[in-house]
Amino acid sequence: MENAELLQLAIAGLKNGSIYALLALGFTIVYAATNVINFAQGEFFMLGGMFAVFAFKTLGLPLIAAVPLAVVAVTGVGVLFEVLAIRPRRDGDQMSLVIITVGGSLVLSSLARHLFGSDALPLPEFTPGPSLAFAGAAIERQTLWIWGLVLIAVVALTMLYSRTRLGRAMRACMQNREAARLMGIDTGRVVMISFALAAMLGALAGVAVTPLTSTRFDIGAGIAVKGFAAAILGGLGNPIAAVAGGLLLGLIEQAVIPFSSTLKDVVAIVVLLSVLFVRPQGLFIRERKEKT
Amino acid sequence: MLSVQGLVAGYSAAAVVDGISVAVSAGEMVTLVGANGAGKSTLLKAIAGAIPVRAGLVSIDGEDVTNVPAHRRVGKGIVLVPEGRMLFAGMSVDENLTLGAHLRTGPAARRAVAEDRERVFGLFPVLAERRRQAAGTLSGGEQQMLAIGRAMMSAPRVLLLDEPSLGLAPKVIGEIFSALDVLRDSGLGMVLVEQDARLALRHACRGYVVRTGRVALEGPAEELLDNDDVRLIYLGAWHETKG
Repeated sequence: MENAELLQLAIAGLKNGSIYALLALGFTIVYAATNVINFAQGEFFMLGGMFAVFAFKTLGLPLIAAVPLAVVAVTGVGVLFEVLAIRPRRDGDQMSLVIITVGGSLVLSSLARHLFGSDALPLPEFTPGPSLAFAGAAIERQTLWIWGLVLIAVVALTMLYSRTRLGRAMRACMQNREAARLMGIDTGRVVMISFALAAMLGALAGVAVTPLTSTRFDIGAGIAVKGFAAAILGGLGNPIAAVAGGLLLGLIEQAVIPFSSTLKDVVAIVVLLSVLFVRPQGLFIRERKEKT
Repeated sequence: MLSVQGLVAGYSAAAVVDGISVAVSAGEMVTLVGANGAGKSTLLKAIAGAIPVRAGLVSIDGEDVTNVPAHRRVGKGIVLVPEGRMLFAGMSVDENLTLGAHLRTGPAARRAVAEDRERVFGLFPVLAERRRQAAGTLSGGEQQMLAIGRAMMSAPRVLLLDEPSLGLAPKVIGEIFSALDVLRDSGLGMVLVEQDARLALRHACRGYVVRTGRVALEGPAEELLDNDDVRLIYLGAWHETKG
């Protein structure tokens, strides 16, 4: 295979991978605060695209307003989701909470179908124009947007975790929720903020990728599997590992394409199961998180 | 200062703490002595707000805090050093201390927090040496010191200590208890739950003997140390009395 072809595959892998990374971050943030896998994570992704299309097409807003508005609105959905679906059962066992997120996911996609119909809805590229040439490979302009937004999100999240009082409180909850509460941290608030952040990241991924793929009410479940696999691959509960897992999953998928393009979507599942069998703590986590 | 009246609490249908009244004033250490499962730890958790109270009253300086949630009770001056320490194992000693001062925000508090950090390092110099080290890599004794230091960072008025000597070597236990003596003399109130009843009664001013969720006996620590029943049951003095 030519170098340029390889590069083209790598670009595609890193493009998809950064989308998976945002979803994996969403899984990881909620898991860190609650020990729950939020299967509604993919719906935040779907709603991000849907709301952007709605604001752009139906409300007639320019893209530059429609896109941030969609992200903010979905963040609100994340908060509502926590308050209405999670909070009443917050002290319940993990399994019932996971089932609640599965139910919530179905409710959100049904609502989206009801509100926005069942057709695939397109969104224009943020900055239309021909692809850019790079060492014999082509990079779509929207891909640069995706990378830029992912980079900003990851840097902002890193700053939040390492530099702020809220971030420190979130990390403390990650390590020992009971102790965090005893130190005066409002763990309920941390859970709510975690859902808001997860929804925001999911929506960001959704709006960034919709110009390339369109959106539909039922795409949430598929992308959730990818994001979940990425989070598990990297190691659940660690933001940096989640990003690494996302990028790696994107690259692995592209590596399979030359052999069989139909197998691409199976990759995530195979990766997910292999990691769970062989290295359940994830590739980038040294030891399993201690439970106290 | 801290007053607990007729407290009833417990996880399941049967109350583990069944109407206990305890009081502690500033600069006083009281201890709860009793067999495993007598309800001592549960009582501390209930005072800290970590588990719900079913009946009774917890108040500090006359302010009723019975229904104040755990994360706000810290701000009222009540802090628990939990059994098993519950440190943030992956975070540094410094960060653990900072988290202890989580509620103390604003420019005015910043200096006081910095002073308290130095005070903790003065009390436990080994923590200053290890300030960048992850809490999980500390020895058991250092971890207990950090747990106490972290609690002190909230500028508490009452410290609730749950089994601080558990699993530690005698020398380290000595260091920790002399630090507790210093804190008590500086005006801190303390409620100590300790499996080593003799150790606890030697350091405490007063003691409560807890049996099946109730206070069976209370009095000055020296009196309890000399009490035949207490010696027999809780101080392992079986052979002395028998012989």
